[in-house]
Amino acid sequence: MTASGRVVRTEGLSLLYGKVRALDDVSIDLPAGCIVGLIGPDGVGKSSLLALIAGARRIQQGQLDVLEGDMRRAGHRARICPRIAYMPQGLGRNLYPTLSVRENVEFFGRLFGESREERERRIADLLEATDLAPFAERPAANLSGGMKQKLGLCCALIHDPDLLILDEPTTGVDPLSRREFWALIARIRAARPGMSLIVASAYLEEASEFDHLVAMDDGRVLAAGSPSEILNRTGTASLDEAFIELLPEERRAGHHDLIVPPRDPAGRGDCVVEAENLTVRFGDFAAVKGVSFRIGKGEIFGFLGSNGCGKTTTMKALTGLVEPAEGTTRIDGKTVDARDMATRKRIGYMTQSFSLYSELTVRQNLDLHARLFDMAPAGIAPRIAELAERFDLEAVLDSLPLQLPLGIRQRLSLAVALIHRPEVLILDEPTSGVDPVARDIFWQALVDLSRKDGVTIFISTHYMSEAMRCDRISLMHEGRVLVSDTPEAIREGAGAATLDDAFIHHLERAQGENGTPAAAHRVDLVAEASSAPRRRHGRVSLARLLSFSWRESLELRRDPIRLTLASVGSVILMIVLGYGISMDVEDLKFAVLDYDQTIASQSYVNDLAGSRYFDEQPPLIDHADIDQRMRAGEISLALEIPPGFAADVERGRPVEIGAWFDGAMPMRADTVRGYVQGMHVHWLTDQLRQVYGEDAVTGSYSLEMRYRYNPDVESLAAMVPAVIPLLLMLIPAMLAVLSVAREKETGSIVNLYVTPALRLEFLLGKQVPYIVLGFLNFLLLLALAVFVFGVPVKGSLLALSAGALVYVILATGLGLLISAFTRSQVAALFFTALATLIPATQYGGIIDPVSSLEGMGRGIGEVFPTSHFVTISRGVFAKALDFGDLAASFVPMLLLVPVLVALGTIFVRKQEA
Amino acid sequence: MRPRHVLYLAVKELRGLVRDPLLLALVFYAFTLDIYSHATAMPETLNRATIGIVDEDASPLSRRIADAFLSPYFVTPDQIDMAEMDARMDAGIDTFSLVIPPDFQSDLVAGARPELQLNVDATRVSQAFTGAGYVQAIVDQEVTGWTGRQAAVPVDLALRARFNPALDPGWFGALTAVISAVTMLSIILSGAALIREREHGTVEHLLVMPVSAAEIMTSKVLSMGGVVLVAAGLSLTFMVQGVLGVPVAGSLTLFLVGVALHLFATTSLGILLATISGSMPQFAMLLLLVLLPLEILSGGMTPRESMPEAVQYIMLAAPNTHFIALAQAVLFRGAGLAVVWPQLLALAVIGSVMFAFALRRFRGFLR
Repeated sequence: MTASGRVVRTEGLSLLYGKVRALDDVSIDLPAGCIVGLIGPDGVGKSSLLALIAGARRIQQGQLDVLEGDMRRAGHRARICPRIAYMPQGLGRNLYPTLSVRENVEFFGRLFGESREERERRIADLLEATDLAPFAERPAANLSGGMKQKLGLCCALIHDPDLLILDEPTTGVDPLSRREFWALIARIRAARPGMSLIVASAYLEEASEFDHLVAMDDGRVLAAGSPSEILNRTGTASLDEAFIELLPEERRAGHHDLIVPPRDPAGRGDCVVEAENLTVRFGDFAAVKGVSFRIGKGEIFGFLGSNGCGKTTTMKALTGLVEPAEGTTRIDGKTVDARDMATRKRIGYMTQSFSLYSELTVRQNLDLHARLFDMAPAGIAPRIAELAERFDLEAVLDSLPLQLPLGIRQRLSLAVALIHRPEVLILDEPTSGVDPVARDIFWQALVDLSRKDGVTIFISTHYMSEAMRCDRISLMHEGRVLVSDTPEAIREGAGAATLDDAFIHHLERAQGENGTPAAAHRVDLVAEASSAPRRRHGRVSLARLLSFSWRESLELRRDPIRLTLASVGSVILMIVLGYGISMDVEDLKFAVLDYDQTIASQSYVNDLAGSRYFDEQPPLIDHADIDQRMRAGEISLALEIPPGFAADVERGRPVEIGAWFDGAMPMRADTVRGYVQGMHVHWLTDQLRQVYGEDAVTGSYSLEMRYRYNPDVESLAAMVPAVIPLLLMLIPAMLAVLSVAREKETGSIVNLYVTPALRLEFLLGKQVPYIVLGFLNFLLLLALAVFVFGVPVKGSLLALSAGALVYVILATGLGLLISAFTRSQVAALFFTALATLIPATQYGGIIDPVSSLEGMGRGIGEVFPTSHFVTISRGVFAKALDFGDLAASFVPMLLLVPVLVALGTIFVRKQEA
Repeated sequence: MRPRHVLYLAVKELRGLVRDPLLLALVFYAFTLDIYSHATAMPETLNRATIGIVDEDASPLSRRIADAFLSPYFVTPDQIDMAEMDARMDAGIDTFSLVIPPDFQSDLVAGARPELQLNVDATRVSQAFTGAGYVQAIVDQEVTGWTGRQAAVPVDLALRARFNPALDPGWFGALTAVISAVTMLSIILSGAALIREREHGTVEHLLVMPVSAAEIMTSKVLSMGGVVLVAAGLSLTFMVQGVLGVPVAGSLTLFLVGVALHLFATTSLGILLATISGSMPQFAMLLLLVLLPLEILSGGMTPRESMPEAVQYIMLAAPNTHFIALAQAVLFRGAGLAVVWPQLLALAVIGSVMFAFALRRFRGFLR
């Protein structure tokens, strides 16, 4: 309860998305302690207003007070945040699909810092009250739409809020579940009379039950008051009509009551679309069970049912998108075959979600589809013009679809589905969320198509008013058709006043048969104030941090494929890279052009050919041969011994041996040069010995080489300690990077915006499971190195592990940082690949020491943590070092940790911009 | 398959790419700045090697030796003592330590064969071998110069590097960077874009139209491959030849034909990976698993002939192996079609197999 009796007050509130005005100078007061309904079609600013009230979106312009305080002030937002609960639009959008029902509720309970005992009691109460208790262990992804909304409500109520904000809670839910949902709300309100509710809804029927209504259109408030006040003011009988009356003159223009003329009896006998005993299975789950129907030419056939009842699947079976497990589907008597292009050309299909290309303009979308349907190029432009005129799209032909209001987008979808003049139209919920006027315009087009052009229309819808306009309808529930007849006959058959009631009658009968308790016994919700701490805002809470860790690790555990790829992947990569990267240059191919052909020249060549570094190829014929074979990469070294070589050496005449080597790969070339020079010197010394005896070499010195740490200069011993840092950077970073970007794409990021969680808790909490996973990966790689590769750890294992821990923290931190500022998963993935793979392999000191790098690469190498961990890893593995010796490598890594955390916290936003 | 459909769909893909500025920025970065930093960072095979000198002789000769270690091969050596030497090598400060014993000069004059000691940090394999050779050559030169002794056998070895006379590693670095950018970009662009399209439901929309899976896939391969091909061509002309001044010995056209065939294989590979992985996080893991061996084991970073034989054979199935061989032959050695046709053939075969396999999976993926 608030002192002023109002819960929200706005003054000149405006919001822009780019150039689109979502809210335009909204000034309203919303009363406390009752249900306030925001009504109006999709895209008029209802959701934007609710997001602002919930604190999920930043205020751009104007004044907004919620619960007696200014929402611009972060302090006030943090203070009232635990008193608000927000359920965003879209079925289960803020839920975590892989988590079970109980785990979802528990996560929110943990976030609000409830004690374990209290949390468990409240979860039990809520699940019992919402009839979700029997499904407590079911993953949220497998719930029906109605159950998802109930679960969302549980999550919202767990912390016992004073203000409950519900954005279209019943869109896409069947009428029975919808009725149950409102009954539940009524009981909650009975238990907590002081609670305020703000609900957005596109169903005007249910809005008539609310206490106070705000009608919105195009970002503005059209009218506010109780439902009866609004009806009185407009002089109408229903809210639907009242809403149309409230619309500005130009929007109402041309609107008249839609009359569906009767079908022409001539074509009634022909059956165009037919399904016979259709059954579709996804794995064990039967989405459609034994559905049969026949649709005649020019008929408008409606499909009604909740989300997930099998409507969409049935439609897909008719288009050939899914293959039936049993039964047949026929179009014009021909069995539907996915490969039959001719059938596809006869069908126009409009999917449920908007699936046209958002990157193409309206005209480009129409044009692309026309071309793909093989229309004659000359006919395309006139056809586009014709459809644009018919669906009133002329003004928007060169706009991008996403900039358009939903009603126009739906008309565009229909125009696209019609472009090739199909004989059958399959429309999957084409009018969801479209305002009543636009819906009538859309239906007028359908009626014209059916009655004038004889197009057969198969349409699914949630609106009973639309169902009444169909020639025949089928009610569908859990994969079965409950009843199929003309709307009027169904209503009368059930003895109900409205089609809605008739539907509920059939649903209840179906559920009774299945034995599902419709409304057995109910535990009443006890009014009980949550003990969730309401102070201490702004301070980091370990409990909240750990609740993010808990949830993230649950999600990780539910994705075994990813976990397996991460661990098996590191093992495979370690083996491949450990054996594969080799600095030993061996078996170099060389060939000789020997013009001398004497024992002396042979002895020179034999020195080379006998070593393990060189591999002699068939002799060369001439210079052109050198050219050709080197160019083809067949040989890396060519020697030319001049004519008279032996004789010249004998007489002490200066003589020159020619050697060419392939410089294309500098590292190899340098090694070749070194080897050849060494061989040459060796041969010379030999010659000297033969001529002068041992005296020749006295007076000189010797240089003793000591290869330390790795006496055999084995690549493996050197590479294994370097591959570990490489893999420990790439895999943890890749694992972590999608965690935030994915939440942004799916929408659950909103939980960060509207709960008391701090950004730091969110990021660190998410990081913990990845650190643990990364460290386990390290232990796996370590075991592999010691036991499989036989590379012993000579130094302090503790120092190595500590280094690995810090390094893994950095790798996952880097992933989260990238994740925090990229919007899409593709970009996050791409960015990580560029930001880890290249610096780690090229500038991380794995092959070339960082001290030998130059320019930008040197700078990257110095900062990028891989180089430091390579030093630690090689130091401990090969040089028997301890903490003290490695301090210089630990310090920069430790310094980097707070930098990454701070950057990540800056880039993640606590409100949507 | 109807070429017109493929063309329309490919144009659609390109329009989509143009509207994603971050993705374009990353493509631009990968083909410009990344290549630049790569080419300029790559050290000479022996570049700025660190060496410490323990000079216990302190004679003119020992000082002459110490002064001979010059940039760019070596960082100016530090004079250290025996005790420091171990600590510095342990910490990785010095890769080499040269110990000149007491009385080195006088022993040498007396013909007592004094012994120098060179300690090499063999964990830094790339510098260990070549660096030790350089040190030996430098010491040899200085000692010979000082004693004025001449070689008795007048046989000279004229060593010449072909194709890259100065052994400038920037050439090689730039090329490696172009090749890895081509591979990485093509796999990510085609694979991740496909997963995104499925997540957004637009692939399904295509399937109710009279277009076949082969047409959809071909359009993706063509458009994404085309983008990378153009970017690689521009990058080679303006970045590699222009800014970095790397001479290209052979025919750029022939090289681009090779790139095109390589892209055919890698974009198909990207689609294949996308069909195997169900979601973006799984794709990310698979990507690493495939990309890393492709980059490291195909002969672009270390020579192929020194890898274990099994690895060499397995990597023959990877397009990168043939592509790198072709790129080196054409760009550095100026090889023509007569020389590189086996690589072109191999790329075409690998590409066709990948494409066919990916198409089969793609058909199943769409269901």
